[in-house]
Amino acid sequence: MSSQTLVELRDVNFAYDNRPILKGINMDFPKGKLVAIMGLSGCGKTTILRHIGGVLNPTKGHVKVDGQILHELDRLGLYEMRRKMGMLFQFGALFTDMSVYDNVAFQMREHTDLPEEIIRDMVMMKLRAVGLYGTQDLMPAELSGGMARRVALARTIALDPMLIMYDEPFAGLDPISLTVVGNLIRRLNDALGATSIIVTHDVQESLKIVDYVYFVSDGAIIAQGTAADIIASEESFVRQFVHGEMDGPIPFHFKGGNYQQDLRLRA
Amino acid sequence: MKRIIAGVRKLGNHTINLVWRIGMATHFFVLTLRFSGTSFARFRLTIRELFFSGVMSLIIILVAGLFVGIVLGLQGYETLKRYGSESALGTLVALSLVRELGPVLSALLFASRAGSAMTAEIGLMKATEQIDAMEIMAVNPIARVVAPRFWAGVISMPLLAALFSAMGVFGGYMVGVVMIGVDAGSFWSQMQASVDFEHDIMNGVIKSFVFGVAVTAIALFEGYDAPPTAEGVSGATTRTVVQSSLAVLLLDVILTAIMFRGE
Repeated sequence: MSSQTLVELRDVNFAYDNRPILKGINMDFPKGKLVAIMGLSGCGKTTILRHIGGVLNPTKGHVKVDGQILHELDRLGLYEMRRKMGMLFQFGALFTDMSVYDNVAFQMREHTDLPEEIIRDMVMMKLRAVGLYGTQDLMPAELSGGMARRVALARTIALDPMLIMYDEPFAGLDPISLTVVGNLIRRLNDALGATSIIVTHDVQESLKIVDYVYFVSDGAIIAQGTAADIIASEESFVRQFVHGEMDGPIPFHFKGGNYQQDLRLRA
Repeated sequence: MKRIIAGVRKLGNHTINLVWRIGMATHFFVLTLRFSGTSFARFRLTIRELFFSGVMSLIIILVAGLFVGIVLGLQGYETLKRYGSESALGTLVALSLVRELGPVLSALLFASRAGSAMTAEIGLMKATEQIDAMEIMAVNPIARVVAPRFWAGVISMPLLAALFSAMGVFGGYMVGVVMIGVDAGSFWSQMQASVDFEHDIMNGVIKSFVFGVAVTAIALFEGYDAPPTAEGVSGATTRTVVQSSLAVLLLDVILTAIMFRGE
């Protein structure tokens, strides 16, 4: 593992009930870079992210973060490692019984002994960084989808993590929120000097901001490269995915047996 | 033959699932006890849950206690009058409430009011990834979410049972003494003479404590184990009410057999 690599996946395999989900994944996430993992829904992207967060352990291979193999850490060691990570969940996962302020302050209160005045100042700074200064007294139910995502982002970066993971950060956002969140992800990555990993199937928005892309299909990497490489790729899966084409290796129809026979039609 | 094999297989599958779930529930309960330190070190977390499970259940407990006391007063008077023992009405009302009805009925009401709310809340927290978010933020959800609710349930249950019994005695007094005209002096003095602190009141408190542990543990496990879907959470909520009600009644049989063996 190079000193410039923060996260390393080597021959990561994972299966649920003997059903393989990840098949020999090798990935490197260099420090300070913003890397996307793309693929269709159900291809194993989020499972990869959960391995990097130490929520799941590989059945074979390893995930190394900041020089430490995650599945070899005990509970306290894993928690210590997670304090250096932040994760933005698909729909924010804000604590619905807490105000925006308490959500952003949550980790500061749990992991530090900072006085409340300092926590307050830090919360205001984080909210300002995501453009939501003034919303601190609102409850999550009072926020729009885009605002909730940004509050969750402020909570994610509360303790300036070295690694930020984003699980489908663009899902369900309107075009303006999409651009705002996309720009924020890039700006925060550069400002914090963090390493970011985005799991997404939003090609257009993510290719604008990422440094490198891994394409995953059926639990394996089928293509990788910079945004320019991906756009120029002649690989049929990547072409179909990036350009949203109907025809290609990804079939429209589910494998559902013999349709004509089912309707008692002659071939 | 195929049907028999399928039936046996289904039964075996069901049994394995049941044993598996009991094992998971036991493990969850042990973890809850193990990570209970936060609930006491940061007692305001537990106080917040005491408000939601205890204080918010007060109305239903007090009203139900009053109604049960009124019914006990009316039914008890009718029966005691046949034997010319109306003056023992206070004893009948108090012993029925303190030994049995207070702990059992308040536990059943607690299961449907606070237990179901705990299951739904934790189930929804899981469905909306709030539990996962906490785990990723290096905050143990069992210590932060589950244990304070558990101890709040365990603390509030005996208090609610005591209030239920007190309201029931008041209801019995209103019917027996104020409305029917049983002598107030004999109502209270017979009650005072026949209700033993250790044998009656403490056994009632122990019962309600055990019921509190059972109801809260079932509610929290069902919420934590609920599939993260609308059907999953609604099924878990139903299971909480059914299982904890049956557990309360079964435990009551066992505890009563141990505590009051007719000695």
